[in-house]
Amino acid sequence: MDVGKDLLLKMYRSMQRIRQFETKIRDLFLANELPGFVHLSIGEEASAVGVCSALRDTDRITSTHRGHSHLIAKGGTLRQMMAELYGKRTGYCKGKGGSMHIVDFSLGILGANGIVGGGLPIATGSALAAVITGRDDVTACFFGDGASNEGTFHESLNLAAVWKLPVVFVCENNLYGEFTPMQDVTSVKDIAVRAQGYGIPGQIVDGNDVIEVYSRTSEAVARARAGEGPTLLECKTYRWEGHVAGEQAFIGAGAYRTEAEINEWKTRCPILRFEKTFAEGKKIGRAEIDQIIKETAAELEEAINFARTSPLPDPSEVTDDVFV
Amino acid sequence: MALTNFTQAINQAIAEEMERDPLTFLMGEDVVLGPFGATRGLLQKFGPKRVRNTPISEAGFVGAAVGAAMAGTRPICEVEFASFFYCAFDQVCNQAAKLRYMSGGQARMPITFRALYGAMGGAAAQHSETVYAQFLSVPGLKLVVPSGPADMKGLLKTAIRDDNPVIVFEHGALGRLKEEIPDGDYLVPLGKASIKRPGKNVTIIAIGAMVPKALKAAEKLAADGIDAEVLDPRTLIPLDEEAILTSVGKTNRVVIADEGHLRGGAAADISALIAEKGFDLLDGPIRRVTALDVPIPFSPPLEKAAIPDEAKIIATVRELMGG
Repeated sequence: MDVGKDLLLKMYRSMQRIRQFETKIRDLFLANELPGFVHLSIGEEASAVGVCSALRDTDRITSTHRGHSHLIAKGGTLRQMMAELYGKRTGYCKGKGGSMHIVDFSLGILGANGIVGGGLPIATGSALAAVITGRDDVTACFFGDGASNEGTFHESLNLAAVWKLPVVFVCENNLYGEFTPMQDVTSVKDIAVRAQGYGIPGQIVDGNDVIEVYSRTSEAVARARAGEGPTLLECKTYRWEGHVAGEQAFIGAGAYRTEAEINEWKTRCPILRFEKTFAEGKKIGRAEIDQIIKETAAELEEAINFARTSPLPDPSEVTDDVFV
Repeated sequence: MALTNFTQAINQAIAEEMERDPLTFLMGEDVVLGPFGATRGLLQKFGPKRVRNTPISEAGFVGAAVGAAMAGTRPICEVEFASFFYCAFDQVCNQAAKLRYMSGGQARMPITFRALYGAMGGAAAQHSETVYAQFLSVPGLKLVVPSGPADMKGLLKTAIRDDNPVIVFEHGALGRLKEEIPDGDYLVPLGKASIKRPGKNVTIIAIGAMVPKALKAAEKLAADGIDAEVLDPRTLIPLDEEAILTSVGKTNRVVIADEGHLRGGAAADISALIAEKGFDLLDGPIRRVTALDVPIPFSPPLEKAAIPDEAKIIATVRELMGG
């Protein structure tokens, strides 16, 4: 698929924002600067960016506990995300949600979700709302290989298929559900084949190739927008970091996957791959790449300063926003 | 005023609200046919886009109602029997109830869930349970338990207009109960109790289908010279604490009649409220008349033994009144 230079640069910037954000919050978390825990998407940038690049502003997404990448790719601001991770009142959720629950309705981000498989019915309902309101907005639903074993995956694919809803189900198969290899607990090798059970298209996608993800998603989005129903895309990818940042402190190194495996996947880094294809292919200059890296670092620095200097919520805010 | 039964009241409320707001739609198990009558004929009025049969797939479609609400519509989502909520507990308790709060107030969740509850004659434990207590300690939900047709219509219409998730529990044995319903756009606010019978000697707080039973009990008690006030809270969240304490302050004695179970139930919750805030008002112990702590059994004599009735209310009131 031929992608114009502007979009390529936009995709690259988005991947850089994710990579730098995630790397930084890993360090901040390990330095005990962030409460709670964080699930990182380093290595999975291409699936988030490829999918969201195929969406328009009024399209919606649902995300997961490992959701920073999706939120950034859909346009989330780093300063509000960072402030939320710090539990500050200036954060996206006024400090009520944290890492796993960031929402920005103005950007069509219906939210990360702490329940594995929790986003699938919500995305299906979001697509239903488009039909009810007579709009041609599409909803992209991110979830992992683990969620494909939840009942909500199967119920949602069936419901979306029966009602031909404009939803694209995007499984980011990173090979592990928490600390368990997916092949140990999953009846099929490729999750995409499960689409057949619901009479919808299912496709395996190289999840580390942002252009391929973008192309396949664009086709699925066009299909959804035309009223032809849902598609299941399985993006094969890998998370470089653990299930949760800092997990080695309680499970030790190499407890469920090998360094060799991790290093092998690092050679398939989606960002390096993009640079090799486009910067070395002369479509984009190295200087442009370096400029984006620099600008992103500055944006991130500003976000951290904003978060650090923002006020914590007042205890009196604890009862706000339970009901409208 | 028109004489209307409980089921017709539901149908009218839904039809009027769907007429009023094009973003309102109905989804759920068998809503097209409406086997119990509540949704019958709505497909013909509003068409297949807005009246949708779902698969028997509670987690999927209850969750879809959550997503549809977040994305700007106003779903009315029927879960045929309230015990089926267990199949969709995550979608109700983790998603619908929490997402507004967790998003810092960004999400609007205008969903009305409707479900049949209660013992209705030989349906056994998985179709007879009174499950509202299970939602009492899930902040973010409103719980509505109408006791008759007029309240049913007025409360359901208000619930549909509410921008929060509301569960309306419809007792399966009340379907044919008839009552005059005021004409026009009849709304009953959430959080306002109703005194169904004024009295001086004892307050019977009755929930849902216990209200008609409590009213019959009160008539018999009146023959013995005991003047019982029957208070229907109508909604458990929000709860009209003021009305409850005012009534107890007047009668100084209270019996709470609830078809839910004894332990951890709505009656326990209301008892705690009265004990904490109304202890000095009481001339005797707070008494509860509830279902036994057993799954609701199938066989008629066993079912009757398990659930509270008029006779149990009368016996409890007499005991409390010292005679």
